[in-house]
Order: sequence, then structure tokens, then C-alpha cells
Amino acid sequence: MVIKSKPEACFVDNKYCPGCGHGIINRLVAEVLEEMGEEKKAIGAIAVGCASLMPDTFGIDCIQAQHGRAAAVAVGVKNCRPDNMVFSYQGDGDALAIGFSETMYAAIRNDNITVIFVNNGNFGMTGGQMAPTTLEGQRTTTSPKGRDIMATGAPLNVINLMKTLDVAYLARGSVDGNANIMKTKKYIREAFEAQKNKEGYSFVEVLSPCPTNWNKSPQDSMKHIRETVVKTYEMGVYAERRGDNA
Amino acid sequence: MKKLITNVESCKSCKYCEDNCPKDAIKVNGKINSKGYPTVVVDEEKCIVCGICYNVCPDYVFEIHECEV
Ligand SMILES: Cc1ncc(C[n+]2csc(CCOP(=O)(O)OP(=O)(O)O)c2C)c(N)n1
Ligand code: SF4
Repeated sequence: MVIKSKPEACFVDNKYCPGCGHGIINRLVAEVLEEMGEEKKAIGAIAVGCASLMPDTFGIDCIQAQHGRAAAVAVGVKNCRPDNMVFSYQGDGDALAIGFSETMYAAIRNDNITVIFVNNGNFGMTGGQMAPTTLEGQRTTTSPKGRDIMATGAPLNVINLMKTLDVAYLARGSVDGNANIMKTKKYIREAFEAQKNKEGYSFVEVLSPCPTNWNKSPQDSMKHIRETVVKTYEMGVYAERRGDNA
Repeated sequence: MKKLITNVESCKSCKYCEDNCPKDAIKVNGKINSKGYPTVVVDEEKCIVCGICYNVCPDYVFEIHECEV
């Protein structure tokens, strides 16, 4: 008898690089939706970037949004189908560079969607260019000497902006190690529960490794999150649910 | 009896299971799968079937089954 196995939605091997955090985060989203009994009624708006590898191997309905527009697509779907669980799944280049406006306005309007935001500190799919989230001094293909914040501005901590708004739920987790993965799953559950309860906008940022473009082994990439990335992007809950259908 | 089952064809050798196993029961030095990755080997003597490897694996390699002794 099977006691624990991958969620049904993860029906085939994913296409991510070895050690990529997207694989873990896909699974957490699927587990949460299946545990809530929402997997048949959920619709994902999927970003451009490595997130776009998700619909091929993810057995929950998805729409491929144009680059940066996943939050806007999710809002459109939610407005048409308010009883469906609607989420966007986006990388940091997608959500905070080309899609910054769509990301922020969904939060400003407190739209009743859930955003799963994967922060791996670079544009993964296109070869590791600098993203708004890239750390100070971090080398990428477009900041070969390390990110110079005098020239580019500081790393964008979007939760710090969003927490000034009236939103339902904000949290930042990470996939570095078992304990943080468990916590992140709890955050994702809270975010979807907030949507189910019509509380408004819920956003979960997940710190995630991109070993291929960080030029690190998967194990060293997780260590890098633990020792360095969390200093810029602290984990935790930044807006608690009020649970009042506001 | 609970038992850890591994789908080694899905393994990509990231070694997160090796890093996170509290009993040092997993090594990623097993047979090379069809994708070309050396795969996980579980020492059943040491394994307590806690499921942490399931939780940290990005490639859904692990399952827990209840088996007849
Ligand atoms: C309109 C448009 N501009 C640029 C691109 C090229 N492009 C594809 S993926 C990507 C970056 C994605 O980075 P991120 O959102 O961080 O996701 P990751 O791959 O790191 O998961 C870019 C710029 C595109 N597909 N469409
Ligand atoms: S390039 Fe980076 S984000 Fe994309 S699949 Fe590979 S490790 Fe993951």
C-alpha cells in the first residue's frame, strides 16, 4: 500500500535542471491544491521563464501568459470564474522586471488571487542575466563584475513594498532544507485558504536555487541561500490573514 | 512495515536527500540511469522511513509504501 507518493498532478518527470527549486515548488503547489480538494477547479496563469516548463509536466489546468502578464491573466480568469482557485506562478524576472506593473497593481487592487513568486536571483531560462532581485555584488552574465547598486539600484524586496498595501496575505519561504520546505508549504496553504475565503490578494515568495546559472553545485546553491540570500530576503510572514472576508 | 521506494529513473543526482537525511542512510552513487545521472542508494539498515528525502527531492524519486514483512 502506498502511504506517501508524489501528487497526482506531478504525473511525469519535470524538465528542470538538476537541483532546480522549481521542482520542489511545483510539488508543494500540487500537494496543497490536492489536500484542499481544489485540484480539479484550480487554474494557473504561468509565467514566461523556467516557470513555462511547468504546464508540460503539471496535471492542473494552466494558461501560458505572455511575459510579465501572469498576474493580469490570473485576475481576468478569477473575475470570470470567481469560484475557481486561481494562481499565477512566476519567476523574479517575469514578475518584477517586465511584469512589475501587473504584479503591483494586482496587489494594489487587492485582487482575490494567489501569486507564487519564485525568487532565484536571475533570469534563469535566458542564461542567468541580472534580475531586479539579484544580490548586491552578485555576478551574472549582465553584471560580470558583480551587481553595482550605484548603477542599478538595490535588490528589489517586493514584500517590503506590498506590506504597505491592504492585502490579505504575504509571506516569504525558501526551499533550502526540510524545515523551510515544510514552512513554505504552510505559507502556500495559507495563501490559497485566504483566496478561498475571499480575503483578497495573497503572495508567497519562495527563495529558490538556480544551480545552472549560479555556477554552483545544487548542494552549494542551497548553502548559498542559507548563508547569503536570506540576509537580503528574510523569511517569514509579512501580512497575517485577518480572516474577515474584507 | 514501512519501506522507502526509489524511482531512480527520475533522479538527477542533486544530492539534497544525502544532505538532509538525518540518519546518513542515502548515498547518491548508485547505478547510472537512462538520463546519465548516478542515482540514489538507500541503506535500509539505517533508514527510519521518516520521509524527509521525499520532501526535499525536486524530482519525486521517493515513495513510502506499507509492505508485508
Ligand atoms: C516579451 C518577451 N521579452 C523577453 C523574453 C525572453 N525571456 C524569456 S524567459 C526570460 C526571463 C525569465 O526570468 P525569470 O522570470 O527570473 O524566470 P526563471 O527562468 O529564472 O525561472 C526572458 C527575458 C520573452 N520571452 N518575451
Ligand atoms: S535555468 Fe535555473 S531556474 Fe531554469 S530550470 Fe535550470 S536551474 Fe531551474
